[in-house]
Amino acid sequence: MTSNEAEKQGSSRRFQLPFQIRVEPRLEVPRWLSPVVSLGAIITALLLGGLILAFVGGNPFQAYAHIAKAAFGNLGVLSDTLVKATPLILTGLACTVAFRMKLWNIGAEGQFYMGALGASIVVLTGLVPEDASRFVTVSVMLIAGVVFGAFWGFIPGWLKARLKVNEIITTLMLNYIAISLTNYFIFGVWSEGGFQMSHTFQRSAWLPRLADFAEQMPILRGLTTHFGLVFAIVAAVIVGYVLYRSIWGYEIRLIGDNPRAAEYAGINITRNTVLVMMFSGALAGLGGMSEIGGVVHRLQAAISPGYGFTGIIIAWLAKLNPIVVIPVAVLFGGLILAGREIQPAGIPRLIQGIILFMLIASDVLLRYRIRIVRRAERV
Amino acid sequence: MDPIIILHAGVATGTVLLFATIGEIFAERAGVLNLGLEGMMLIGAMSAFAITVQTGNGGLGLLAAMLAAGILSLLHGLVTIHFQADQVVSGLALTFLGVGLSLVLGEGLSSAGAIALLPKYTVPVLSSIPLLGPILFTKQSVMVYIGYILIPLSWFYINHTRFGLHLRAVGENPTAADAMGLNIYRLRYTYVFVGGILAGLAGGTISLAISPGWFSELTTGGMGWIAIGLVIFAQWNPWRAAFGSYAFGALRRTILDIQGPQMIFGLRNPFFFNPYYGFFLQMLPFAFTIIVLIIGSRGALRKRLGAPAALGLPYIRGERGL
Amino acid sequence: MSVLAGLYKPEAGTIIVDGESADFNSPKDAIAMGLGMIHQHFTLIESHTVTENILLGLDDPRFLMKLHHYDKKMETLGEQYGMQVTPAAKIWQLSVGEQQRVEILKMLYRGVRVLIMDEPTSVLAPQEIEELFKTLRSMTVDGRSIVFISHKLNEVMSIADRITVLRQGKVTAAGIHTATTSKPELANLMVGRKVLFQLDKTAKEPGDVVLELKAVSSLNDKGLPALRNVNLKVRSGEIVGVAGVAGNGQTELGEVITGLRRCTAGEILVNGQDVTNKSARVPINLGVAHVPEDRTHVGTAPNLTITDNVIMKSYREPPLAKGSSLDHVAAREKAVHLKDEYTILAPSVDTQVRMLSGGNLQRVILAREFSAQPVLLIAMQPTRGLDVGAIEGVQRLLLEQRDAGAAILLVSEELEEIFTLSDRIAVIYEGEIVGDGVEADAQQVGLMMTGGKESSPEGTTS
Repeated sequence: MTSNEAEKQGSSRRFQLPFQIRVEPRLEVPRWLSPVVSLGAIITALLLGGLILAFVGGNPFQAYAHIAKAAFGNLGVLSDTLVKATPLILTGLACTVAFRMKLWNIGAEGQFYMGALGASIVVLTGLVPEDASRFVTVSVMLIAGVVFGAFWGFIPGWLKARLKVNEIITTLMLNYIAISLTNYFIFGVWSEGGFQMSHTFQRSAWLPRLADFAEQMPILRGLTTHFGLVFAIVAAVIVGYVLYRSIWGYEIRLIGDNPRAAEYAGINITRNTVLVMMFSGALAGLGGMSEIGGVVHRLQAAISPGYGFTGIIIAWLAKLNPIVVIPVAVLFGGLILAGREIQPAGIPRLIQGIILFMLIASDVLLRYRIRIVRRAERV
Repeated sequence: MDPIIILHAGVATGTVLLFATIGEIFAERAGVLNLGLEGMMLIGAMSAFAITVQTGNGGLGLLAAMLAAGILSLLHGLVTIHFQADQVVSGLALTFLGVGLSLVLGEGLSSAGAIALLPKYTVPVLSSIPLLGPILFTKQSVMVYIGYILIPLSWFYINHTRFGLHLRAVGENPTAADAMGLNIYRLRYTYVFVGGILAGLAGGTISLAISPGWFSELTTGGMGWIAIGLVIFAQWNPWRAAFGSYAFGALRRTILDIQGPQMIFGLRNPFFFNPYYGFFLQMLPFAFTIIVLIIGSRGALRKRLGAPAALGLPYIRGERGL
Repeated sequence: MSVLAGLYKPEAGTIIVDGESADFNSPKDAIAMGLGMIHQHFTLIESHTVTENILLGLDDPRFLMKLHHYDKKMETLGEQYGMQVTPAAKIWQLSVGEQQRVEILKMLYRGVRVLIMDEPTSVLAPQEIEELFKTLRSMTVDGRSIVFISHKLNEVMSIADRITVLRQGKVTAAGIHTATTSKPELANLMVGRKVLFQLDKTAKEPGDVVLELKAVSSLNDKGLPALRNVNLKVRSGEIVGVAGVAGNGQTELGEVITGLRRCTAGEILVNGQDVTNKSARVPINLGVAHVPEDRTHVGTAPNLTITDNVIMKSYREPPLAKGSSLDHVAAREKAVHLKDEYTILAPSVDTQVRMLSGGNLQRVILAREFSAQPVLLIAMQPTRGLDVGAIEGVQRLLLEQRDAGAAILLVSEELEEIFTLSDRIAVIYEGEIVGDGVEADAQQVGLMMTGGKESSPEGTTS
């Protein structure tokens, strides 16, 4: 090329920076990156939430400080936070299990209600005699809660497995149906004096809680944390074992990643779809039972401020790791507990939404990286 | 329990579902699943109400609704199209976001009092048509008429224009469309935005025309989710979407009316004598959505039609230099 | 080539078109300058018509799709170049050869002057290839140029005027005139070492019948017959190669044997055991290995690790299974061992397999399937999309398994491969085995592959 031509080329080319920004897929994800990105997402979400709060006239600093104190400030509120965390752990686990197989169980809320209904039915209909021991009563309630929840998971699971019906919508619809059904029983069957609740259960249907032991250990006085927490933690360990150490867990993960490969490997996807949805429903149902037996001690309307939906966010934030679900649930438990006192009322829900959004948006940082490359010199 | 009244109300309420469903059809035809309908509709409803309260102008309210929901939908677009996040989770996040924002920003709106509703019209000649006249053309909100126009318009656009061809191509095989020079990103953003606008319109229709007022979450009461189910029932076709939407609207009215009279068809009305059976009535729209889904899924399998082939999948064109 | 077609941006260097440097930001730019590419995997919208596909992305028609008007135009265009098309037909209704014609028409309609074709013959039978070559030659008559990408040296030698060889992204020889070179020389340029075209295959006396198909019939995904009354036997220690043009039932053949598709009639026996219409697990437990056609969508789980992928068939049995648990340590050990043995190039066994190249991905699959010492191996297009070096490796492994006594059913679109590896050759056409135990003669086999003639019954039933 003559120098004339080279000059012509140089002058006709538009101005370019001497380096180029390239976005490339990552070959490997460093282990530290994932939690750091998640943390960053949460902090950003809190900042954004604070901004919006300020926009509507609130004081974000005050609000956040209040949340921290009202949720974790002393033993009493910490205990209350754990109470809120208990159902969240269980719904978080329910979503974790289902999501691992790419089954979008949005119905944890409904399964929760059904579990509560089941646990209440065995008590209110006298299936369990009033004078039965606590151990028997609670055990039957537990089984009922799990069975009802599993059944509510079975329906969408079967519909998906056999008729290929989209489980997102079916589980969601079943939420509304479950709530209506429960309401019918509350208002129409067991209502006491026209109130939105049944009569309080007998003592043997109450889950033991820390405050019960205040005589032996005065420090436990007034602490509302109940035995449901034990159920939740045990459930987390079981789910952890299933997913990471068991053969079934391997199959679930394989189906979740590539159903065709799972089929090719001889795994029965239909059966697993139903089983996993039942497992998921059972966990949420257990949450419902635990809330009935450990907190309200009767069947009443609106026993859940959206535990089932928050469970989705918890599962996602925990990156579908059942053990991580526990601390995440505690965090959200604190948020819900303290958030009740913040104006406006939608703030906790809004923050949850922003957190989830930031989380999925930040995932991109795990898949791609930015590299700055010197542009090649043109000769 | 007058059938004319029920169908009339059905068309009115159904218009809300119609806007949301057709909006989602546009987005899904382009290959993007947007589950955030409930959130977008709610923020549309809130914005429409809030702006109308402030300005007294329903038209501005509608505009605000469309804008608010549209912006929200673009967020979903950004995360799913550019960041290639999972469309299902992003849609759910959008719902939380939309609902949360509506509740926060709409605080105190319920005490705002009465506002100027959107006008209702009766079409002179058409309203005299026996049966259809009183249902379709008598004293219906202007939004209903807009709905009537939207149906054939969207059908025509999708199936008989060049842009419709591009839209369908992007949702069926984005790789092929890309190779033929279509800008996949731009087209997907566009139609996600269209979906958002129509969802906002749906929300505005609720708070300014059909069930005027602001009732927090109860304003939309799950209609966004029903719309998503209707898209599958509609097999991504605007005409079927209209049928489904209006039918659901009629169902809602039926549920309300059925609790009124003492006798129905000569028999004692159980819903009158035991008001708690009303809870079962409440379940009906949701149970019907499930049934509608089952029909839609089986129909799809049978006719070998079905969802746009690339629905729900992010489009990645290898390594890109900026 | 993707750079030329506008899909990727070059990091360095220039493209000069008509004497001016060109900067393509998208395929549209490239086509505007007259460069068009037909990919190996067609860029067609299955549910749309031929005309709709050809018109896709153009500014004309401006608004209304007057399909009748354009249908006629497409027909005329096709006739001009000797290609028959039905403009109103939907793509999924067309044969692969017809679909390819639509792709070519797409480019011609846009006035493309340089047509790039990527492995165009991989889906065609010998007779269809000849037709394609005729079309290409007629296109060059009115001044168009063709860039013909292929690894099939026979075809390259047949159709090309000049040849350029690429190895690992670099040009090793540019613009050689075909007359001055030869296949061995080209292969050498491609791989960088002498490539043996003859693999050492020891003659072997086949053993007992391992796989038997009796009157097997099956439907494809569209509900049309895919297999009709198939009878086939494969013995231990022999490779039965099934030649056929893609879409004649080979895929379904592999699927019915491995339990991934139902038969509507007939019986399938593995070592005498009936596996007809049983779940996929039954053949796996009987020692049937399956190397699937689709590596990424069927054969592997992309986001799972190499370890997870390699245990996909063996995780249910000890030593990997301990009751209901999975022994992680043992699984990882096995993976490390296999990674070594099959030279899978990857940072570690914890790497997600979506990061692996095609060749390495295939090695993961082979490691998994071969290491189980299968009694029957169903190998579907095992070397598709691999470079010459990798192909050689795979073929060697197949022969090793055969020598170790496995019965192998090899389905391949590469006639060369079938001829080289098979102890017995069968031909499949429209779901029927039209030839079994035929001669390794490209002409004859090619005819059978396109329904030309049935082979006369052999004296022995093999």
